[in-house]
Amino acid sequence: MKHILKILVNNHPGVMSHVSGLFTRRSYNIDSIAVGVTQDPEISNMVIVVKGDDSVVEQVKRQLLKLPDVIDVEDLAYHDCISRELVLVVVKVEDSNRTEVISICEVFQAKIADLTKTTMTIEFSGNTRQVEHFMEMMQKFGIQEIARTGQIALKYRSN
Amino acid sequence: MPKTEAKISGARLMVELLEEYGVDIVFGYPGGAILPFYDELYKSTKIKHILVRHEQGAIHMAEGYARSTGKLGVCIATSGPGATNLVTGLTDAKLDSVPILAITGQVATNAIGTDAFQEADIYGITIPITKYNALIKSADDIARHFQEATLVALGGRPGPVLLDFPKDVQTELTSVRKVDKLKIDPRHYQKPPIGGDLDSFAAALNKAKRPLLYVGGGAINANASKEIKELAEKGNIPVTTTLMGIGAFPGTHQLAVGMLGMHGTAYANKAVLECDYILNLGARFDDRVAKPGEFAEGAVRAHIDIDTAEFNKRVSVDHLLHGDLKEVLKALIPKVNKVDRSDWVGFLDTLKKNHPLEFDDSTDTIKPQGFLQKLYEKSKGKAIVSTDVGQHQMWAAQYYLFEEANRWLTSGGLGTMGYGLPAAIGAKFGNPNKTVICVSGDGSIQMNIQELATIAMYKKGVKVLIFNNNFLGMVRQWQELFYEERFSESEWNYNPDFVKLGEAYSIKGLRISNKSEIDKALEFFLEDDDARILEVMIPAEEKVFPMIPAGKSQKDMIEFSDTVRAGKK
Repeated sequence: MKHILKILVNNHPGVMSHVSGLFTRRSYNIDSIAVGVTQDPEISNMVIVVKGDDSVVEQVKRQLLKLPDVIDVEDLAYHDCISRELVLVVVKVEDSNRTEVISICEVFQAKIADLTKTTMTIEFSGNTRQVEHFMEMMQKFGIQEIARTGQIALKYRSN
Repeated sequence: MPKTEAKISGARLMVELLEEYGVDIVFGYPGGAILPFYDELYKSTKIKHILVRHEQGAIHMAEGYARSTGKLGVCIATSGPGATNLVTGLTDAKLDSVPILAITGQVATNAIGTDAFQEADIYGITIPITKYNALIKSADDIARHFQEATLVALGGRPGPVLLDFPKDVQTELTSVRKVDKLKIDPRHYQKPPIGGDLDSFAAALNKAKRPLLYVGGGAINANASKEIKELAEKGNIPVTTTLMGIGAFPGTHQLAVGMLGMHGTAYANKAVLECDYILNLGARFDDRVAKPGEFAEGAVRAHIDIDTAEFNKRVSVDHLLHGDLKEVLKALIPKVNKVDRSDWVGFLDTLKKNHPLEFDDSTDTIKPQGFLQKLYEKSKGKAIVSTDVGQHQMWAAQYYLFEEANRWLTSGGLGTMGYGLPAAIGAKFGNPNKTVICVSGDGSIQMNIQELATIAMYKKGVKVLIFNNNFLGMVRQWQELFYEERFSESEWNYNPDFVKLGEAYSIKGLRISNKSEIDKALEFFLEDDDARILEVMIPAEEKVFPMIPAGKSQKDMIEFSDTVRAGKK
């Protein structure tokens, strides 16, 4: 099962190695990792997405909490959460299908960030399922390059 | 951070912080990138520096000192090769939860990352093998890093920490010597509150007819020997210890069933199979003890530990309590009933009688087991004993009984050959009035034999016992039992003359090879407080029994008598 770990850490160099090192040590594959500073410049928020059974993820959580720079760990998989991922994708376009690509983008509310005679660079953000779906739609035009950020997530505040 | 008037150098501040912290002995080796610190150390009247011959020796000495005194062990190395020589010791201390502060020199901050002379990214290298580490980037940060590092090293489950100290930060002036706010959470250094339901925990224990305590090194770190004895005696509960837990419960106590696991006693391992309740006190279900799915299968399993990451890590447990073992036991004992368990205790007494530790003593050759029994008697069981790793380590664990904690120093988790001699030296510095014996083998001793010079230089009366079989004994044992006697690279064609080697360092020595020489040799070995080397020639085919083959469970234990029956003793 997929786990979204939200890890609050002290914001200084080396913390990322400490955290990712724990996953390496358990030969545990990280699906995605996204890090950014929080409203407190001293604290960063890391969102790590991993697949694995509950007991191993629980073990990783406890090991993470042993690191002095880790402030808190939460597994968002057990909460309703808002998750987003940003993707930039370059697709091949020709005069004949440009309109089709544009109309798909409109449906998905994706932005066209760059346009050339033969390519279109599209920016899309959404949860993982939406991103996968969007990429599937783009597949048929021919994808030249992709950049994905990995997921970020927050718990829903409303009940 | 509050400022004081006078500015002092980073190196001066570090020395003063060590002094204020009460550190009076450090083990180390100087070099270019740590010279400003050594210059300040030279001026200190409170800190004694012990010069070693290899940085690995320094950190194992700090470990031996820490484990035998319960204090923080401090070691110093220069940058690059000096620092990387600490890696084995840091890993050892991490696995055995030993509080160590390692201070390493680093190239100047403007040279970091340029592959400068003697530069190594020791911060990066030691991330997975320290509890905490830091590269100090400014002299203003020293006080905070020092305080955080020492608190983390000794707090909770103890462990090694490393401070990497660039040369220019050592000379930089600072007035920041007090910290107003630590960045780390108090959970990393304060005792945790007791977590779990004491009543239901005690109820399960009270219901047990055949309970067993399984005591690990955590019991020694928590200083919980008194409480364990109280619990065992109140509930009439037999006690087995891990290799790391030896000494946490008196080895001669009526309820003691010795060590369990791969080379544990047959009665301890059989007790694990027969018990209906097993209570793990500060042990970690290590793979040399417990096979997941097959460990104490029929029993209710309970665990008390300070480290929640140990819960359900390898073996699933039914009842847990989180907290400092001493505090948890103090709260638990009043809830534990006095129960007459004479049937169970009597059953174990019969097991002890029928399945004792055994060896064939019918020849004139010296059997290490018999020798260690005599050593135990002659030293009245009061010595601090360190070991290296291999057959001699297991024989010592089996045949030397300990009444008290902090007297048994061995590399349990990492299994570091070369640990024994420096650890013994460190222990002697911490316990100048106690007899300190290093039990080693001809293979292990040569991993850090250069530290004989440290013994000689400081005139430390460390007793070095070398069992010599001209083999890597434990490797040979495995090759004999599991690799059809193909002794690939385990036979030594060349050993130095250990007695002469000792003489070269002005250490008196003796070699014996016949049983009749044992008494005299032990007299020579223990007669005064001078250092001695005693080389004991033993048969290469001697093996450690009982044995549970790697990856097998208690059910697959091979006893000495099994091998006699199979004609393979």
